[in-house]
Amino acid sequence: MTASLLEDEVEFGSAHARVLILACGAIAREVLAVRDLNGWGHVDVRCLPAKLHSTPALIPAAVDAKLTELEGRYDHVFVAYADCGTAGALEPVLERHGVERLPGAHCYGFLAGNDAWDAMQEDEPATFYLTDFLARHFDSLVVRALKLDTHPELLPIVFGNYKRLVYLAQTDDARLEERARDAAAFLGLAFERRRTGYGELVPSLTRFVDGVRA
Amino acid sequence: MSDEEIDLKGLSDEDLVTQMHDDLYDGLAPEIVEGTEILLARGWSAEKTLSEALVEGMRIVGIDFRDGILFVPEVLLAANAMKAGMEVLRPLLSESDTDRMGKIVIGTVKGDIHDIGKNLVAMMLEGAGFEVIDLGINNPVEDYLAALEEHKPEILGMSALLTTTMPYMKVVIDTMVEKGIRDDYIVLVGGAPLNEDFGKAVGADAYCRDAAVAAETAQALVLARRAAVAAS
Repeated sequence: MTASLLEDEVEFGSAHARVLILACGAIAREVLAVRDLNGWGHVDVRCLPAKLHSTPALIPAAVDAKLTELEGRYDHVFVAYADCGTAGALEPVLERHGVERLPGAHCYGFLAGNDAWDAMQEDEPATFYLTDFLARHFDSLVVRALKLDTHPELLPIVFGNYKRLVYLAQTDDARLEERARDAAAFLGLAFERRRTGYGELVPSLTRFVDGVRA
Repeated sequence: MSDEEIDLKGLSDEDLVTQMHDDLYDGLAPEIVEGTEILLARGWSAEKTLSEALVEGMRIVGIDFRDGILFVPEVLLAANAMKAGMEVLRPLLSESDTDRMGKIVIGTVKGDIHDIGKNLVAMMLEGAGFEVIDLGINNPVEDYLAALEEHKPEILGMSALLTTTMPYMKVVIDTMVEKGIRDDYIVLVGGAPLNEDFGKAVGADAYCRDAAVAAETAQALVLARRAAVAAS
């Protein structure tokens, strides 16, 4: 499941559902958990490849293509992306399709809580963040993608200005925490873990689904 | 490229420069240093070597990065190779060359610690004949203003990688306007999430989408400004 979330589009739904959450694959587990814990059996979740996290310029076109492809298939759609480094380019796409998205600049913000994340960033701008997903896929999304395994001389060029790694933990998972600690050690950064849970993901999705019911 | 080792000394000037473009593309720092030293030994000036072998090679890398053929690690390796060549050339670059284009103060804005793109721009600007005063990362408006006062550059360059920090460029430019010094400088902005509309919105003279464009834009705007002054 995880490999396909990184590379592929993945669907979690049924043939009769008329409500859709179109999500980034990097938060698929969290969106599915919120859906299933709330018993939203009428809500489909479709995920775009999580690897788009590393190439935000490609996100607006990918979201646009998927929303266009699904036109008429669903009555209500919510996009589970924040701005995600698109510098506002996602907004006109969403306006054109008449759908809303998660609040804030990126997943670190809505998972930690946007105000809490702003405070963390204000406190120490030289912070590199991991979520559960990014801790799980640190080797492929960071180490191998940046060729740090074969070219260690790039490590100080890419991460030389960072001072700490904050692991924003959605769950209590000892193995993920160990991976995040290893990532901090690999990058030569101080390690800090903050238990965020699902943050603003829960109220945002709940508002959308409740709005559909009303 | 084949694995067969190429004798750089056995190549003609033209073939050597082409080979250096390939070596830069492949991020081979020792080969770039060797090629640079060979060209200098053959009587090439530091300026010509920089321009034709290194800057032109990096321009090709920039194009392939823009077109999605190369990615960040390859560009960093190429930049590392160019840096190695620059270190050979820097002591030889004449004062007259840096005087030719003038000075630029450059830095990443407050709250942002990303400097890969900014460093690449600084290197290309140096290659284009500018004296670069690099303020580094996380610069509040006071740092920019103090550097402008101290160094009296032709250009101020600002960089940001985060959508949350790029609005700070407007803070800097608005402060320059308030102090009545905005028009004393050419202001260039750049960074992955920026675009031309953003550059206009914050009041910059130009948005530069990559390092090669930044160097070309800087040269063009400085020359245009000098021509305007001469004509007035």
